[in-house]
Amino acid sequence: MIDYILVGIIAVSCIYGFINGGAEAVSSAVLTSGQTAVTLTLSILGAMATWGGVMKLAEKSGLTDKIARLISPVISLIFKGIDKNSKAFKAIAMNITANLFGLGNAATPLGIEAMKELKNEEGCGDTASRNMILLTVINTSSIELIPSTVAALRLAYGSTSPMDILPCVLMVSVLSLTAAVTCAYAFDWIGRKK
Amino acid sequence: MRITSFVVPVFVLGVVLYSLHKKIGVFDTFISGAKENIAVCFDILPSLAALMLAVEMFKASGALSALTELIEPITSIIGIPSECVPLALMRPVSGSGALSMLDSILSEYGADSFVGRVASVLMGSTETTLYTVAVYFGAVKIKKTRHALPSALVGDFTAFLLSALAVRLFFTVQ
Repeated sequence: MIDYILVGIIAVSCIYGFINGGAEAVSSAVLTSGQTAVTLTLSILGAMATWGGVMKLAEKSGLTDKIARLISPVISLIFKGIDKNSKAFKAIAMNITANLFGLGNAATPLGIEAMKELKNEEGCGDTASRNMILLTVINTSSIELIPSTVAALRLAYGSTSPMDILPCVLMVSVLSLTAAVTCAYAFDWIGRKK
Repeated sequence: MRITSFVVPVFVLGVVLYSLHKKIGVFDTFISGAKENIAVCFDILPSLAALMLAVEMFKASGALSALTELIEPITSIIGIPSECVPLALMRPVSGSGALSMLDSILSEYGADSFVGRVASVLMGSTETTLYTVAVYFGAVKIKKTRHALPSALVGDFTAFLLSALAVRLFFTVQ
């Protein structure tokens, strides 16, 4: 899929640029884009390092485990039919906490572990269960409490207060997650009625 | 003084104090975390280079602004800056591509502009949906994903519609 998008955009750019006399601009874009990628990486590198350090502390000190226990009532509200002491439930709680803290490296393995446990416990063959769908949907909506990458990039572009978008991000995250979860439940309900 | 100015320092203070209390070696742990994230940054550089090539060519050819102008009548009805539509289209597909788009938007319009803020909120409140769905279901060999992708995309679309609204709500638009 990504191949088609990449080639598609490049092809459209060439055709459009050549027709409208922008060949020169397109040509220089080819040569400078690599530099732009490097500049982008370097401009967020420092903030990403700082944030990685702070988040590692949160993880190692057991703060994330504590949060995982704290949010478990909310999780049992969304995920129905799994035992609170099961491995699946614990993995889901840890995955969601890792996402809240923006621990991308930790979140994916935990999420996959949760999916495996759900498959074991719910035994649904090659068809996704409702809880699997819910877990995936939650992971596709960014629930990161502090959007560090975006803030780092905003800082690099001279924002006077890179974190001032925080309330907006939280509001939009919560509402879009609610929409996605509601949708997952609604589809499930319709599927059951048939 | 904004309340958000306190969130980050207080969070950091809380984390370091708690870590000290738990005696986990604050300095060494911090360093290992920082190292990990630096590695992540360099790991995504190759894919960033590939997608930046496409985004920069698209922008330079004039196709991006043509596309933006084309959809302007539709987006103006729902109050979304048309400049953010390419970002919204790229976001579910590729994280590096979306980061390239955001970079291009912030450099052109400024981080504290209306467009810049909407793009930032959109980026911060959504994820690489297609990739996540593929990885999660692929790992457990689930072939029938049922309504997972449609539900997730409904979430992305909601975030897209609401990001401009949220920025209007929290900031006075110039």
